[in-house]
Amino acid sequence: MAIGPELLTSTNECFMLFERFKNEVDDILSRYPVKRSALLPLLNLAQREEGFVSESAMKEIAKILDLTPAQVFETVTFYTMFNLKPIGKFHLQVCKSLMCALVGSDDVVMWIQKKLGIAQGQTTADNIFTLSVVECLGSCGTGPMMQVNDDYYEQLSEEKVGRVLDDLKRDGTCSLKTGPFMYPQPLAK
Amino acid sequence: MATYEKILLKNMEQPGYTGSLADYEKAGGYRALRTVLKDMKPDQVIEVVKKSGLRGRGGAGFPTGVKWGFIPKDHPGPKYLCCNADESEPGTFKDRQLMERDPHQMLEGMAITCFAIGAQTAYIYIRGEFRLGAKILEKALQEANAAGYLGENVLGSGLTINIFVHLGAGAYICGEETALLESLEGKRGMPRFKPPFPATHGLYQNPTVVNNVETMANIPHIINRGGEWFASIGSPPKSCGTRVFCLSGHVKRPGNYETPMGITFRELIYELGGGMRSDKPLKAFIPGGASAPFLTPEHLDVKMDFESVALAGSMLGSGGVTVMEEGTNMVWAALRLMEFFYHESCGKCTPCREGTSWLVQTLQRIWNKRGRPEDIGVLDELCGNIPGRTVCAFGDAAVSPIVSTLRHWRGEYEALILEAQETMPRSKEIPVFTH
Repeated sequence: MAIGPELLTSTNECFMLFERFKNEVDDILSRYPVKRSALLPLLNLAQREEGFVSESAMKEIAKILDLTPAQVFETVTFYTMFNLKPIGKFHLQVCKSLMCALVGSDDVVMWIQKKLGIAQGQTTADNIFTLSVVECLGSCGTGPMMQVNDDYYEQLSEEKVGRVLDDLKRDGTCSLKTGPFMYPQPLAK
Repeated sequence: MATYEKILLKNMEQPGYTGSLADYEKAGGYRALRTVLKDMKPDQVIEVVKKSGLRGRGGAGFPTGVKWGFIPKDHPGPKYLCCNADESEPGTFKDRQLMERDPHQMLEGMAITCFAIGAQTAYIYIRGEFRLGAKILEKALQEANAAGYLGENVLGSGLTINIFVHLGAGAYICGEETALLESLEGKRGMPRFKPPFPATHGLYQNPTVVNNVETMANIPHIINRGGEWFASIGSPPKSCGTRVFCLSGHVKRPGNYETPMGITFRELIYELGGGMRSDKPLKAFIPGGASAPFLTPEHLDVKMDFESVALAGSMLGSGGVTVMEEGTNMVWAALRLMEFFYHESCGKCTPCREGTSWLVQTLQRIWNKRGRPEDIGVLDELCGNIPGRTVCAFGDAAVSPIVSTLRHWRGEYEALILEAQETMPRSKEIPVFTH
């Protein structure tokens, strides 16, 4: 993302995003004795609403927290979960760390690439799916797995991946996502 | 097969247990908090935890009670508790289950810890990907606040204990306690130089305890049943209690298994985990998360406690056990882990930032059959120059996959390099670039 000098200097702009969430912002701010601690929560909020962290959101956050835009930007770029440009409606993140790789995560990437016709880091033409390959998501016993937006999909097979993608595209949701995690399930007594 | 009494997973394995406050109370929940507030002084709580021998479950294994004891009593300002729920060590997925299935267990532990160290505010730093866990914890916090277990005037004691969930945003290093504090302060998650330690200069430069989720979940049980009871479980005197071991890789039944410390790897892998997933025998395993050096089949009878695993040349770490079958190339395995460490190095210290990048490039070259005879020497030298030369333990962890695979399977590196020498163009055929 190109960050021009305007991000680092501009002070007066019409800010919109956080006006709409004033209560939530106030609640976040009330949790910390030092304002800057609210930075990650506010960035998370911005990304939740816009799908990525926009330049104007960063400026707005800087203003709320009495930081410079540069201070916000240096922090944003440290964390891998913040997207600095718009992505598809569903962000497919496939874990490729060793534990998932042992049980076939490379196949999952291949299945998705085949089905959607996109490579790593790309978005489908209809802006529905973006594919990323990421490091460990804490689901090593139930790999291979992927995270789609807020949800985990685990123990993936080619058929399951196909169903998840179809369901998401058609319904916007998929029942195969993992609920509160427990594995292995206790045996029935 | 031996069966063991479960402590942390007991509630959630009951049929129909949802992890709600009502379910937790029915199972005896928040009794320990009542006991502590009614009958105990903070120092007594710390003594009980010291006596229990509980050691941190995040990876380093520091004695929990001792850590609490470091918090200065006469500090004029606020003190803080941070629960480290940034579970990111590859091979580890126990905290996720503890949070999502029985959130009140760890919240009760946190409330007791706040009382013991004199903290009014606590944060749960949870990794950004665990949205479901964060949601479940938020709901549990609402329940606990409404029922008077948290908030102002906890159970009529006059004490205030506020707990907040704080989502991270994708950075393995934020599981390192000082990086976690930096991140919680809204900065880049780069570890701080120690000393001073968080016990005196932690969050906002105030005394702070950072404890793992599983550590917190143990506290109510230690209060209810006593330090001596806990100290009698596992491999006393140095490895007391149970661990929730996370089994992954080429086994039939991966997953979380809670057992007393001190069972053997053989028992975990072959009895609880059902053995290898196919007819291929075990070739290697990682005993404690990606930071722990690889072990071989001859280590299967090593006991799973801190000391025994250390004696075998590795570490019990976070309790994540990853099993690899015959046929898994160890150069490839080391490369996969090295890519992780390269990706996650925070960039603060030169040896780690540059070294992990160099190691990945060298490993990629070897794995892609472009290795040079001197590359093994390069690996040896780099791995000898990163550990101990960085601010945090990441540098030591990052080289362990290579050091240990070179120790046990050097031949696999040599074979790939030999193959490269046979197939690569001779040196005079390589074009020479001139400036």
